[in-house]
Amino acid sequence: MVHAPSNRELLNEPACPHNHAVHGHGADAGSQAAGQGRKKAANGCKQKALPGEAQGGCAFDGSLITLVPITDVAHLVHGPIACGGHSWGTRGSLSSGPTLHRHGFTTDLSEHDIIFGAETKLRQAISAIALEHAPAAIFVYATCVTALIGEDIEAVCRAMAQELSLPVIPVHSAGYRGSKNFGNRLGGQALLDHVIGTRDADDDLTPSINIIGEYNIAGELWSIELLLRVLGIKIQAKITGDGRYVDIAAAHCADLNVVICSKALLNVARTMEQRYGIPFIEASFYGSANVSQCLRQIVDYLVDAQVVPLSLIDDCEALIESQTARMKRRLAPYRARLEGKKIVLYTGGVKSWSIIAAAQDLGMQIVATSVRKSTADDQARMRDLLGPEGILMEKGGASEILRVIDATGADMLIAGGRNQYTALKAGIPFLHINQERHHPYAGYQGIVEMAKEIDESMHSPVWEQVRRPAPWEVTA
Amino acid sequence: MSATQLSQSLAPTARAIVSTDTFKHSPALGAALALLGVKGSIPLLHGAQGCTAAAKVKLVNHFLEAIPLATTAMDEVSTVLGGEENIIQAVLALAKKSQPELVGVCSTALTATRGDDLAGAVRLLRKQQPQLAALPICVIESPDFMGGMQEGFAAAVASLLQTFAEPGAIIAGQITIVVGASLAPGDVQEIKDLVEAFGLDALLVPDLADSLDGHFAASASTAVAQGGVTVERLRLAGRSEQIVAIGASVLPAARLLAERCERPLVSFDHLMTLEAVDDLIRLLMQWSGRAVPERYRRQRRQVQDALLDTHFYFGHKQVALALERDLLTGVEAFLRSCGASIAIGLTPQMGDLHQLEQACGDVDLLISSSQASDLAGRMGVSLYRLGFPIVDRLGNGLRVSVGYGGLLNLLIGIGNQLLIDELAVNDFSSA
Repeated sequence: MVHAPSNRELLNEPACPHNHAVHGHGADAGSQAAGQGRKKAANGCKQKALPGEAQGGCAFDGSLITLVPITDVAHLVHGPIACGGHSWGTRGSLSSGPTLHRHGFTTDLSEHDIIFGAETKLRQAISAIALEHAPAAIFVYATCVTALIGEDIEAVCRAMAQELSLPVIPVHSAGYRGSKNFGNRLGGQALLDHVIGTRDADDDLTPSINIIGEYNIAGELWSIELLLRVLGIKIQAKITGDGRYVDIAAAHCADLNVVICSKALLNVARTMEQRYGIPFIEASFYGSANVSQCLRQIVDYLVDAQVVPLSLIDDCEALIESQTARMKRRLAPYRARLEGKKIVLYTGGVKSWSIIAAAQDLGMQIVATSVRKSTADDQARMRDLLGPEGILMEKGGASEILRVIDATGADMLIAGGRNQYTALKAGIPFLHINQERHHPYAGYQGIVEMAKEIDESMHSPVWEQVRRPAPWEVTA
Repeated sequence: MSATQLSQSLAPTARAIVSTDTFKHSPALGAALALLGVKGSIPLLHGAQGCTAAAKVKLVNHFLEAIPLATTAMDEVSTVLGGEENIIQAVLALAKKSQPELVGVCSTALTATRGDDLAGAVRLLRKQQPQLAALPICVIESPDFMGGMQEGFAAAVASLLQTFAEPGAIIAGQITIVVGASLAPGDVQEIKDLVEAFGLDALLVPDLADSLDGHFAASASTAVAQGGVTVERLRLAGRSEQIVAIGASVLPAARLLAERCERPLVSFDHLMTLEAVDDLIRLLMQWSGRAVPERYRRQRRQVQDALLDTHFYFGHKQVALALERDLLTGVEAFLRSCGASIAIGLTPQMGDLHQLEQACGDVDLLISSSQASDLAGRMGVSLYRLGFPIVDRLGNGLRVSVGYGGLLNLLIGIGNQLLIDELAVNDFSSA
């Protein structure tokens, strides 16, 4: 555990709402506490994983999620086989060019390596990768075991960077340091410490923004990139879906940071504001209202900053109008079939908002949502949106999900893949919203894609058949 | 040149330095999979929560089933202070929440590096929590550096037999069959059906057949393994007339059982050639004193016919293989028995997919898990998917590649792929 930024420093993220309010049970307690500015704060990200209970990924997993979408970089896992072996090739982050990120590099530590240390092996691995794959950079990921035995990856990376004249970036991603969300932040920290600001943009004249916390699952980012291109706005750095190393190194040259659906990377945006004076906005690409709002915010900011002409506001409105109209046309047949259907939503904090917004486009009703990772403010907003009947689920787990679905008479569960078979085996339609899915749901056209998926699942002829009694179960 | 010779010719430096696109999985994942073949079990991985989460995602994506898998959730503090207390807390939580019939505690690289005493923690738990005295618990040492998935699977099988099987009076007609990681749930079912067709009682250790075969049971809990051999039956595994091991990886575990319980042992490296299956049938005839049921006689004639029909496509084909040891042994034997040649055969211990790509030259077919799909694309050859994980094809719980039935599937499945590729080449040349 050398030179790594401490957990306490990273957990203390001022821009993260988890630090602003006490976790309240219900809206009132939370917002009051926030209002009174009580000191008993800053524990939102410290949720301790409980033996026998914990479900999610670790900090290592989170760091990979954040950084592996950088496409022209070699991602080298310094650790035992489970870490590198189980993680490579599993994510749906697409690339428009290089595919080096799809390879899995690992030092695959042996018992000998663990006993005698593996810094030499790591050095050789870095050299071999540099020689054979000519990467734009090499990211070296620490794991529980290498942190425990005290491998100084920071020093190795520094030495190798010098020797090879190549960026070699240490990521202090030991799994035991915390949850997946915390790992996202560790990944962001590595970019702040070693990448962003190390190079200038080739073209510093075109108005540009960075997109932070978007991983281009199933190509989602591309639909947004297209909209921005129509408005003449360049994405300087994609952090990190379909990202390129040099673009991210020059991210400090952008005019605005747009943080997408990921409070976990707020540290990147906030630090860039402090260091480089780049303001940030938070936005979502899911649900037409969110997409429109996001475009307007970007354009408004750039107009105010006088980097684009005032007329861009009208162009933006025209784009929103045409896109929304097209979306509504394409959505109409699905909306007719989905309106009024009830959804139970079971996913992480910010992703919930996105799906709620998307559900509004479809006229569907969210009857229950998980608030395990939500802040008090979030919970209050959820309460408003769901109404007094809506259920805010504080507990997790398969049986709780099934109980809530039963109690609300919901038509569908929307959740991450881990709960897919919980739902299906109970005969409940399911929509997948995590990293491994194959369909893009972002942007105006993404809503149509999502509607199609929901409609297919909900109205599939299979449900009747799986509920159908077997011949030997029918009583005459 | 044999596959082993060729693999030895891989540049040793390249092999040692960095693993690129490995197809090795953690032993803990293998151990967990074996434990899922015990009814009502929960595998508990002693490590950081990510060890469990990553293994679970892999298993879910392959089997398309809910996978019960728990974690001791090691964090910074417990990593420094020792994780025994986390094991106790985890077992308590699981016992309360899910009423398991077995908890299998598996070590990971993290806790093995620390030197956590798993067995000691279980003893302490028994002492502190007398109400859990009856809860079956077994301990498996499955640190990452001991090998791959197959080795962890075998370690779990050994632990199950060592912990639960007891010597005793022979149970007439019962045959214990110890199977390794190369046998998918469908394979286990095929073996069970075959043995039972001779009127014998097959006791499979582990029994993934009705646990991960993919069957719909609306009311079943997904918090523990749904099917599998019960712990009660496991206790009887040393009292069979015969003990059979299938797969070299589980032979040591089966041998220990046979010696400890003084039972005769027969072992098979695989059941993927006509010769191997014939050998098993001959034994079953002998043990049961029964004639071979008509359906297997007929199936054997179907295999012979398929051998004739497909040999045009297998003959002189060069095949590259990247599979775990037991499966590699079986598939190599199968391919040779059909007239194909092995261009290169790698286990995850011998090399990775990147080395395979560099070493193998022109081949006609690649056989590996879906992890090799990018590689197959780059090499411009078809990939026939076997092993773990397979995330881009359906039906992995039901796939059968052992016994006469499995031989038919392989002959026709691989034969069709080779045929399609030949036709594609012809189309191209005539165009």
